[in-house]
Amino acid sequence: MNPLPETSATYEISFSVNGEVKKVFALPMERLLDVLRNDLKLTGTKEGCGEGECGSCSVLLDGMLVNSCLVPVAQANGATVVTIEGISVHAKMKYLQEAFLECGGAQCGICTPGMILAAVHLLEKKPEPALADIREGLAGNLCRCTGYMQIFEAVTNAARRKVTK
Amino acid sequence: MRADPAEYRLVSPGNLQAVLSLIASEPAQWLPIAGGTDVMVLYSAGKLSNRKLINIWNIPELRQIEVFPDRIRIGAACTYTALRQHEIVSREFLLLATAASWTGGIANQNRGTLGGNIANASPAADSLPALLVYDAEVTLISVRGERRVAYRNFHTDYKQTALAADELIRDISLPRRFSGYISHARKVGARNAQAISKVCLAALGQISNGTIRDVRLAMGSVAPIPLCLTETERALLGKQIEPSLIDSARRTVAKEIRPIDDIRSTARYRAAVAGNLVAEFLEKLVASETNA
Repeated sequence: MNPLPETSATYEISFSVNGEVKKVFALPMERLLDVLRNDLKLTGTKEGCGEGECGSCSVLLDGMLVNSCLVPVAQANGATVVTIEGISVHAKMKYLQEAFLECGGAQCGICTPGMILAAVHLLEKKPEPALADIREGLAGNLCRCTGYMQIFEAVTNAARRKVTK
Repeated sequence: MRADPAEYRLVSPGNLQAVLSLIASEPAQWLPIAGGTDVMVLYSAGKLSNRKLINIWNIPELRQIEVFPDRIRIGAACTYTALRQHEIVSREFLLLATAASWTGGIANQNRGTLGGNIANASPAADSLPALLVYDAEVTLISVRGERRVAYRNFHTDYKQTALAADELIRDISLPRRFSGYISHARKVGARNAQAISKVCLAALGQISNGTIRDVRLAMGSVAPIPLCLTETERALLGKQIEPSLIDSARRTVAKEIRPIDDIRSTARYRAAVAGNLVAEFLEKLVASETNA
């Protein structure tokens, strides 16, 4: 017989979120997604599938695109997290936001924060991506409204603007 | 029902010795978690039976790729992204780099690890056939010491492995002797991105004057474990590639695999596609010589 599981205790997690040091008391197995939304009230990060398939909970963890629904918050202790709220104050956002608006890259809006994070991650690695790079970079982000073409076009346009300006 | 985080423990010892000591203190109780792309899915669905988890994401020894003259050694917690970005992996172990690019989207490649793929032991895992054809060896480590197991003996039955209750996968070692081979990686799924395979093939071969000098074949999603097609390899070795050989290879493949009907496909479809993929590889081998 397995003994009953020992209950877990909350402890202080300290990490940088959008450039500010944040301290929260959390259980180690709480999902980063829930800590961002519930404790830090950063509700721009959305929950879609909750199993790493849809990308709507995408954030940057130490500069890497991750699904925050699959990250236990203990693994974010001491790390640097950037959410959509942190991107929106960044210069990069200007080009992406304008392009998403112009191309109709956002409709219901649930996938949009994740799409933007995935696009930022892609453009940091490849400032002038080919369409195949964009398709691959956003393959983990599902959209049920746009049919994707407007989103691919928005990222293409954003890259072009950033390069030409 | 969603899991209650208060019912789970997650500890982060931060170094390999402390991880091994804790695992040994209560064998089979502590589940290692690296990038969480398998463990957290089960956890969130309320289906994770282990209540004690041990963080191995932050163990430096497990995150290195070391290059030696005769082999490379990949730490078990190296991510698919690290594999794709590594110069030697992408040049000499193209099947592995390609399989890494098939595994989920970028966010999952940034977190999913090669050791996790092995330990999770899904017969549908994309990177495992590549490890089979590259003759991988896994190093298993515990407080008792290290031992090396040929990867082709690691999976013993559906989701059963050679890993003992107190052991951790430390690294995966690949000999650097396949760079002269023609390689072929093919995945068949419902869509290009983010899909679990219906069938996938990793193949290596050498041909001269139309004759197969060496051939190595492994498939995913066609048996309870990632499968080496040893019978088919034996039937092909030393033979001239011609249409009758390709036909008989299809029949040998069909005899050797043990596919099932499941949510992703049927046994019949898998058997037909498995034969087609081997035929496609043999045609590629022939073409490599005529194009050379």
